[in-house]
Amino acid sequence: MQLSLWTYEGPPHIGAMRVATAMEHVHYVLHAPQGDTYADLLFTMIERRQKRPPVTYTTFEARDLGSDTAELFQGAVREAFDRFRPQAMLVGSSCTASLLQDDPGGLARALGLPIPVIPLDLPAYQRKENWGAAETFYRLVRTFAAGTAGRDGQPKEPAAAVRPRCNLLGATALGFRHRDDVEEVAKLLARIGVEVNVIAPLGATPADLARLGAADFNVVLYPEIGATAAQWLKREFGQPLVSAAPLGVGATRDFVNEIARLTGIDPEPALSDQASRLPWYSRSVDSTYLTGKRVFIFGDATHAVAAARVAARELGFEVVGLGSYSREFAREVRDAARQYDIEALITDNYLEVEAAIAALQPELVLGTQMERHIAKRLGIPCAVISAPTHVQDYPARYSPQMGFEGANVLFDSWVHPLMMGLEEHLLTMFREDFEFRDGIAPSHLGTPAKPVDVAAAVPASIASAPPAPGPAASWDLEAERELRKIPFFVRGKARRNTESFARVRGVTVITVETLYDAKAHFSR
Amino acid sequence: MTCVTAPVVMQGLAASRQPAIRHERGQRQVFCGLTGIVWLHRKMQDAFFLVVGSRTCAHLLQSAAGVMIFAEPRFGTAIIDERDLAGLADANDELDRAVGDLLARRPDVRLLFLVGSCPSEVIKLDLSRAAARLSATFAPDVRVLHYSGSGIETTFTDGEDACLASLVPGLPAEPLTAAPSLLIVGALPDVVEDQFCRLFAAMGIGPVGFLPPRQSRQLPAVGAQTRFLLAQPFLDATARALEGRGARWLAAPFPFGAEGTTAWLRAAADAWCVDPGRFRQATQASEERARHALARHRAQLAGKRVFFFPDSQLEVPLARFLWRELGVDLIEVGTPYLHRRRHAAEIALLPDDVPIWEGQHLERQLDRCRAAQPDLVVCGLGLANPLEAEGMTTKWSIELVFTPIHGYEQAGDLAALFARPLLRKQRLEV
Repeated sequence: MQLSLWTYEGPPHIGAMRVATAMEHVHYVLHAPQGDTYADLLFTMIERRQKRPPVTYTTFEARDLGSDTAELFQGAVREAFDRFRPQAMLVGSSCTASLLQDDPGGLARALGLPIPVIPLDLPAYQRKENWGAAETFYRLVRTFAAGTAGRDGQPKEPAAAVRPRCNLLGATALGFRHRDDVEEVAKLLARIGVEVNVIAPLGATPADLARLGAADFNVVLYPEIGATAAQWLKREFGQPLVSAAPLGVGATRDFVNEIARLTGIDPEPALSDQASRLPWYSRSVDSTYLTGKRVFIFGDATHAVAAARVAARELGFEVVGLGSYSREFAREVRDAARQYDIEALITDNYLEVEAAIAALQPELVLGTQMERHIAKRLGIPCAVISAPTHVQDYPARYSPQMGFEGANVLFDSWVHPLMMGLEEHLLTMFREDFEFRDGIAPSHLGTPAKPVDVAAAVPASIASAPPAPGPAASWDLEAERELRKIPFFVRGKARRNTESFARVRGVTVITVETLYDAKAHFSR
Repeated sequence: MTCVTAPVVMQGLAASRQPAIRHERGQRQVFCGLTGIVWLHRKMQDAFFLVVGSRTCAHLLQSAAGVMIFAEPRFGTAIIDERDLAGLADANDELDRAVGDLLARRPDVRLLFLVGSCPSEVIKLDLSRAAARLSATFAPDVRVLHYSGSGIETTFTDGEDACLASLVPGLPAEPLTAAPSLLIVGALPDVVEDQFCRLFAAMGIGPVGFLPPRQSRQLPAVGAQTRFLLAQPFLDATARALEGRGARWLAAPFPFGAEGTTAWLRAAADAWCVDPGRFRQATQASEERARHALARHRAQLAGKRVFFFPDSQLEVPLARFLWRELGVDLIEVGTPYLHRRRHAAEIALLPDDVPIWEGQHLERQLDRCRAAQPDLVVCGLGLANPLEAEGMTTKWSIELVFTPIHGYEQAGDLAALFARPLLRKQRLEV
């Protein structure tokens, strides 16, 4: 049993719903009690979808448990087929129904429906949402693509006259900007002369899945969801896969170059023009104030790892924390963290993430909606880079994260929450000004002028956890007063640095001298 | 107390009139009882709700509460994992550990509810024993109670009923010499409680207590001298528990709209033998204000055809309010369950031919709704946007549970909730 206040991922059947909802002509019959129907609102409210998810729930009750829940399930499958006439049916159990051991797959097969029925065995007490989505997509791909005319198991040599073709895999319903990423990546591929064969699961029909083998290679936009199917396609059809997500300018260039190598086409049309404004915006003088900003990053593995690269190499931030809730991709995240000389935080416990952020006192948090709340509580600017999402993460405007336009979006959305360069200087110089006063949020954000006390916002259990062994030094009155003159958004860092400096030197009472000694010691 | 409470009969209506209630079974599209935690944890500020369930339960609470996330919620989930199911870990030991961790983190918690879920019911985890065991461990600082919010036994607002019913055995007994007291049952916004207190004080009715209280240590006393009013129609189990402790229910319509509020207050006034003149004096100004506020929305709503999908069990009282005070035409009134006895005064106020449907078969109900093409559909969050996309006008019903709608001063706000979607439709040109 694990105590959980917020969760990063839903149960695996939510992942299956994301795939079913993304596709056309697929229906999912879920053996589940009525409470599980809440899942519809994720799609209709958070993502503002105009259609109900294609899901029928059996909604069994306590009184059904004594009689025949299996019959109830079969009735629901038959009724759903008659009403919706799907081309493929997914069947499975949610957490409660899996305890009943009704075997949805066998029960549905016994009905002899004239369409493929795909049983989903998603261990609800062991696995989570992304795994459920990956498994569901893989099952669908296997069902429809197996035995179709592919590339005869051999990588295809591109004929000069034929444009190379690829599939875009992994985009689902309820994804973080999947809708816009797919469009942006398809545009990018068109610019270098690559044709998109099938986009799946988003917008695909079962018939489209049967055409997957006709592509020359696969682009896996979201490995958490698309990699399992892509690995199978590689074995089945010999299709190489490109799984470097084009998130950021550098990663997008790598992406284009990798495809160019695979297909023998010229990458220059996509790379030579001024495709993204990010490089110039990062070099413009105003962005000097971004240099060295301490940033904490958390999200799914793909977005977190990519965000760290953009933060460090394209904006000049210092990555002080990097982590992910995607345990399946822990190795990739750990490898990435080593590049920044930090230890990756792999956890799905949001309290641990909160503790890490509170201890590191970053100047910017890039995370999920969960980190947005943590950061708000701690008074730290934050931008959302990954699912889990909120209604705000489905903006009306075109707002991809991937490709060169995506890089522009990243620049804007990460820099916007920060204090502007000159404002930061003014705050340092004129601390008593009633408008620029200490603790006031950036003026361009228009938030109410409410001072934020970072120290007070830290939960007791976290604040009391000492970061390192050794007796903590106490602050004398004057040093404490001097510390208050340091702008609030770096005060936590100054306090922490001074205390660790004092501890190492065995200083028991911190004076103004210690504070400035520490400042000199840590400044580069 | 000498006064006897009589069932409220409105002028010109015989209580014996009974509309035919239709039943339906099939897929239900209703939240489970866990969802009540989303408002109960705001009401009882020193209570914590620990769901013993699956990742789905945690995800539901997070999604249902998604519109109003707080930095640290006073609810959480002890997620059962495969080790608990395989018997590798003793589920009771695991639960004790989770509760220990939680209470160490939240020393401000005075009352802990262990909330049963679908999986905990199916694996027959005995939360009553767990609650007794943990109560003994953490007494006197923390009291531990339990109830079930499972979707195989409860629907949406039943969760509040189960929660309040679990508080009843622990209510202090009123002294033998106690004077009659009034208890208002059902979670109400603080501002509404205060309004009712002023009205009762003006009538000389008191003392007045509330269940649930704002703080878990301010539990109202209960006994044979207690008379109680239900503020919500879905509190049958709590009412039975209170009756079991000797308290007497004052049958009344529910306090929605000017008429409903007056009838509800009058049930108490009759029990306290309040002079009709004094009752009028206490209520007249507020009632007139409410009627005035309603008149503004009547123009928008009169004659509009309204269709209710089952959701919060508030459907029948709200339909009565819309029909009698705003002149709407009721096409279908769906409700997940209908407690006949607690609704008798409401049903007496509805037209004979009102189509009340108990239970749900979602797809057939959608067929009926599309065929009827109502002017306004009252439905849950999962259905609202798809129906809007089909060209219908909807009111999400969850707002009726989260918004102050009881009493005179909120009557206009309640009407506005129904009028706004229609107004929006008129205004939007694109």
